[in-house]
Amino acid sequence: MPAATETREAVEKLGQSTYKWGFETDIEMDLAPKGLNEEIIRLISSRKEEPEWMLEWRLAAFRTWQSMEDPKWAKVSYPPIDYQDVHYYAAPRTKPGPKSLDEVDPALLKTYEKLGIPLHEQALLAGVEPAEGERLPVAVDAVFDSVSVATTFRKTLAEAGVIFCPISEAVREHPELVRRYLGTVVPAGDNFFAALNSAVFTDGSFVYVPKGVRCPMELSTYFRINARNTGQFERTLIVVEEGASVSYLEGCTAPMRDENQLHAAVVELVAMDDASIKYSTVQNWYPGDEEGRGGIYNFVTKRGACRGARSKISWTQVETGSAITWKYPSCILQGEGSVGEFYSVAVTNNCQQADTGTKMIHLGRNTRSTIIAKTISAGRSDSTYRGLVRVQPKASGARNFTQCDSLLIGDRCGAHTVPYIECRNMAARVEHEATTSKISEDQLFYCRQRGLSEEDAVGLIVNGFCRDVLKELPMEFAVEAQKLLQISLEGSVG
Amino acid sequence: MSQFLEISGLNARIDADGQEKQILRGVDLSIPPGEVHVIMGPNGSGKSTLSYVLAGREDYEVTSGSVLFQGQDLLAMEPEERAAAGLFLAFQSPVELPGVNNANFLRTAVNAVRRARGQEELDAVAFLKLAREAAKTLSMAPDMLKRNVNVGFSGGEKKRNEVLQMTLLQPTFAILDETDSGLDVDALRVVAEGVNRLRAPTFSALVITHHQKLLDYLVPDRIHVMAKGRIILSGGPELARQIDQEGYTKFLSEAA
Repeated sequence: MPAATETREAVEKLGQSTYKWGFETDIEMDLAPKGLNEEIIRLISSRKEEPEWMLEWRLAAFRTWQSMEDPKWAKVSYPPIDYQDVHYYAAPRTKPGPKSLDEVDPALLKTYEKLGIPLHEQALLAGVEPAEGERLPVAVDAVFDSVSVATTFRKTLAEAGVIFCPISEAVREHPELVRRYLGTVVPAGDNFFAALNSAVFTDGSFVYVPKGVRCPMELSTYFRINARNTGQFERTLIVVEEGASVSYLEGCTAPMRDENQLHAAVVELVAMDDASIKYSTVQNWYPGDEEGRGGIYNFVTKRGACRGARSKISWTQVETGSAITWKYPSCILQGEGSVGEFYSVAVTNNCQQADTGTKMIHLGRNTRSTIIAKTISAGRSDSTYRGLVRVQPKASGARNFTQCDSLLIGDRCGAHTVPYIECRNMAARVEHEATTSKISEDQLFYCRQRGLSEEDAVGLIVNGFCRDVLKELPMEFAVEAQKLLQISLEGSVG
Repeated sequence: MSQFLEISGLNARIDADGQEKQILRGVDLSIPPGEVHVIMGPNGSGKSTLSYVLAGREDYEVTSGSVLFQGQDLLAMEPEERAAAGLFLAFQSPVELPGVNNANFLRTAVNAVRRARGQEELDAVAFLKLAREAAKTLSMAPDMLKRNVNVGFSGGEKKRNEVLQMTLLQPTFAILDETDSGLDVDALRVVAEGVNRLRAPTFSALVITHHQKLLDYLVPDRIHVMAKGRIILSGGPELARQIDQEGYTKFLSEAA
């Protein structure tokens, strides 16, 4: 089925409500009192049954955070956030500890079913290839507010030596690994939101792929914010040893609410010699309504360290949600010949604001990076690409290619490109290309003359504009992303 | 007898840089089913505007007049509804769609039109077979289906791509807006053959051109001369040859 037909059908199914993930799950919650102080941090730590060192680490981060201020340099505006008016811990009231799928609250299973996230394993029988057109099995870690409620395919993965579990469990079960890597890529005091996250992070995923292992299936984490007045502070750590590889995807949604909710995540990736990590995001947090009421504030620090020679980290993101997006997935290219990639589509509509981009830090010799950023603005939204390419003195032979393209729909939106290039090595090569265009009346009329509706025409043109990025996504998710693009831009023309 | 296409007293204007400019000033034109009509005329006489107004481009405001297409009020329809009803416009300057695969675009268009006409949609395999055959008949390089719509196409390739779209969309009424301009003799023949293959008692065409060459291959039924936003003269195929030899000046002064 061609993309445009599929997107059209997706849109038709939605009817009037554009954000179909906006429902709420009625479930009994274990909620920490509002506010942020050492007591709350101790509470979170004890709920997670954490060792002492973890609590100390959190408290140190909290003290650092207290001395910091919100960053003001991004091109986004929002009223001051009252950090004392937020619940920092919210969990469905179920039995703690590792659980099998049978023990998970049926209300939760239903929620994920409604979201289209497979939490059942029956699809995978040992040695049986799925029939053509069927979904390939994907291991899922489902995070609901502050806790992971289920992680699938753990046995299959364990047989391959891969650890895939909630990070709170990893802290208990694999403390030596977590301790060795946590905070080594994004230090607790890296920035305001990273410090906040380090103090109060609740759940997220931990992935460890041992030497020489290609992870046998796609891994994914699905984040869901449900409770009112809560923040979600996810923490993800992925470590891939020498010669190993993994492809990981995260998705996110939240109910439609009039108030803003905070999501401040930290993601750390570590790749050793010849290791490769592909990290894809389809970010679909509730963006707020047409007037800009509600929506998620998404303040995220994502960074990968290419520690080993010839290692590779590739970030692909499709950002359609959130009222505010503040996010710069980055690569530290330390190992000789290591490779960093950043492929991004950021869509803003109505009153959304996005300030997103990447940092490529070239430390090692012959390191290479590629940045392809596509920005689409519609409605009254404002979108900024902000990127840094830094070549350090020892990075001889480093190369970077950057391409930033902006597409404007309508005449009330804005698109901005802010590239920073710092080159301290004469033998490096850095290229930057940028374009800004509008969907022209000529293009729309041409498509409509051939029989396409206006919505289909916009979908087709936008998907064409994003093709270089969408083709980097795992196939299943590329289709989802295409649908999402069209839905996000619904009603933006005419 | 009700005509296939009936244009009466058509007036249209465009808002150019805040100034309203009247371009069509009372166009009257009837095209019976199965006929190929030609519009010739000096630059700026309103030929392309007429084709855009018929196809439904929103930049133009129709101030009075009517257009009946197979009994339907054409001006009340959206551009895509006109396409579904069988109207096809081969653009003078075909538009580029970066990143949009040509085969995917064609199939999306064909299926949109088929859906609107109550026909079954074509699956990828059936469509590709059809498209490859059509491309071959038009002497198009096989990779043109894989490339992005009109991006990096030569002038001749763009025009062939228009004829390919026309062939696949199966219109009952085709407007060709200077599709022959800038084409060599071979390409010209390909375009003409593309139209000739569609010729049937239920198919009509309106061809805008400056050159007699295309008409040698097309064999039109009627020639109309347009000037200052009106049809000032109509005649048989011999009129085109006369214009080719003598130019427009004589006709314009006679009409004035």
